Amino acid sequence: MNLDIAVMQVFSGISLFTILVLMSLGLAIIFGLMGVINMAHGELMALGAYVTYLTAYIFGKFMPSLMGVYLFFAIAFSFLVTFAFGWILERGFIRFLYNRPLDTMLATWGLSLVLQQTYRSVFGAQEVSVPMTSWLEGAWEPVTGIQLPLNRLFIVGLTIIVATLLYLALYKTRWGLKTRAVTQNRPMSGAAGINTDRVDAATFAVGSGLAGIAGSVFTMVGSTNPLTGQLYIVDSFIVVVFGGVQTLLGTFLSALVISQTQTTLEYILSGSMAKVTILLLVVAVLYFRPNGLFSSKIRQ
Amino acid sequence: MLRLGNKFGILSIIALAVLLLVVLPNVLDPFRLNLVSKYLVFAVVGVGIVLVWGYAGILSLGQGIFFGLGGYLMAMFLKLEASAPELPDFMIWSSTETLPWWWEPYHSLTFTALSILIVPSVLAFVLSYAIFRKRVSGVYFAIITLALALTMTVLLVGQQGYTGGANGITDFRTLAGMSIISEEGKRVLYFVQVLFLFAVMGIATAIVRSRVGKILIAIRDREDRVRFSGYDTALFKAFVFTVGALFASIGGALYSVQVGLITPTLVGAVASIELVIYVAVGGRMSIIGAVYGALLVGWSKSIISENFPTVWLFFIGGLFIVITMFLPFGLAGLFARFSGKPGNNVVKARAGEGVRSATGSVAAADGKGSAG
Repeated sequence: MNLDIAVMQVFSGISLFTILVLMSLGLAIIFGLMGVINMAHGELMALGAYVTYLTAYIFGKFMPSLMGVYLFFAIAFSFLVTFAFGWILERGFIRFLYNRPLDTMLATWGLSLVLQQTYRSVFGAQEVSVPMTSWLEGAWEPVTGIQLPLNRLFIVGLTIIVATLLYLALYKTRWGLKTRAVTQNRPMSGAAGINTDRVDAATFAVGSGLAGIAGSVFTMVGSTNPLTGQLYIVDSFIVVVFGGVQTLLGTFLSALVISQTQTTLEYILSGSMAKVTILLLVVAVLYFRPNGLFSSKIRQ
Repeated sequence: MLRLGNKFGILSIIALAVLLLVVLPNVLDPFRLNLVSKYLVFAVVGVGIVLVWGYAGILSLGQGIFFGLGGYLMAMFLKLEASAPELPDFMIWSSTETLPWWWEPYHSLTFTALSILIVPSVLAFVLSYAIFRKRVSGVYFAIITLALALTMTVLLVGQQGYTGGANGITDFRTLAGMSIISEEGKRVLYFVQVLFLFAVMGIATAIVRSRVGKILIAIRDREDRVRFSGYDTALFKAFVFTVGALFASIGGALYSVQVGLITPTLVGAVASIELVIYVAVGGRMSIIGAVYGALLVGWSKSIISENFPTVWLFFIGGLFIVITMFLPFGLAGLFARFSGKPGNNVVKARAGEGVRSATGSVAAADGKGSAG
């Protein structure tokens, strides 16, 4: 494998990485805070993708002159819609299942089935895709022979911005402070006057919103159908578990490792064998580091 | 809740036996009876899930792995018998020229039967003991099993020359000379299945009522205390997981024989989680409840898919939500609530506080202490 191919290979792994990292960061903060595994997270991502599709459709129909910037609106709308949906979900549904993590998995799985069928009824079973924004067509060629597609560069940039914002929100704002406090010790935080219910709802909503952005990003690299979410959900879990739920940096690194290994293996082996190898590798790693690869050692 | 020791348990067993052996075979036409056989297959798996999930508090979202193993091992035998002396058709299509060496022993029914019992058990034990020794439990374990179920599907679909790929293995004709596609043959199989179901229920009841069963409940509620008392909790959990896997494998083998095909979709994550809902509906703590759960959900699936196919996902999705939120002990819990003596309101028992009622229901929400 020569250098050109290697660079482009790494780059194609990066678009998988962006989606995985956005999905997994959302899952990880929710799981870290509430111990809840949201099996409908993939469907929230699909919701983001469908909102993006709708935005593109509306802009194309009513404001064709603004098609160049629809993407920014779409990303914002996706985030807002999934954020609101996440909030409602947490208040109306998830919060009744705290302390029963296994039941939460089943209930949210049920929710994911309902959402899938809803998408199918509303948008149809076939795939929908959005038109490529004109200024994202083409590729950047820093060196002759190495072509980096602009839309991929854009989603990489977007992911970095979102991840940075999340970092700032968690470590530099009062909401972040409260969230981290509740994550570490829920009863004490409550005793100290933090409204833990509020924190739960807000965090769940932010996690959902991240999935929405992931969906928006997804429309730039693939077409959406009702089962889109399911394609990514198990991978995202694996990223979270592999990285260790306590650390967002771990999630980030683990998404990087998994996506790069997967695309590299896909290049060497067949697609299905790559997947199998990855899954078995992760199980093996979990065997030796049950709390994830990047977690600090704690006694249980 | 099944407890052979008291009158209530015996009555409910007799009622089920009458329903399955007398009522259904005489009332239903062959097509419907066939469907009931299919639900009974899932009931066999469900009884295993009651032990693993209800009693030991281990949620496995990968029972499809073992269901699939049993199903595929059985299918190998049936396919060889159906296509003898030639190669199975899907191998010819994938230009596999000679029978792989590991297919060879499956000319023998004895070997097949043994491997259906042994292969999944060994796999389940080795895997789960290793994982439980590392004290991985709760949602982590659930996700690992889910990932393994996915792995298995990908493997089955990918290795078309050996497994039939996405279409699976189909077109069986006979089992050791007996036709399994004729109406008469299917009727016989139905009764065989009922027999298997009762055998499995018997074994499960014996486990639940033994000391092992009590330790399992203790592990579910406070694993650390059981460990401090000197028990190797990983071994107990691995044991019950193995039993669950064995039941799933038997169910899979029965499925191959009864339905006449096995496909990767029956193995994957979706199918595995669907198996759990059968049990959730019936009641996770109730062996007999799992049977009714499988019958009811299976029957609803058939009816709804026939008449309103788009409603099915809404229905099963809603079922997951409603059952886990409002009826964590399923129909058996509901039944116990209304039939039990006053004060036996086991369903409302709080997490971690096992309450044994007159009907023998033990209620305790899972979760607490199992979050990993």
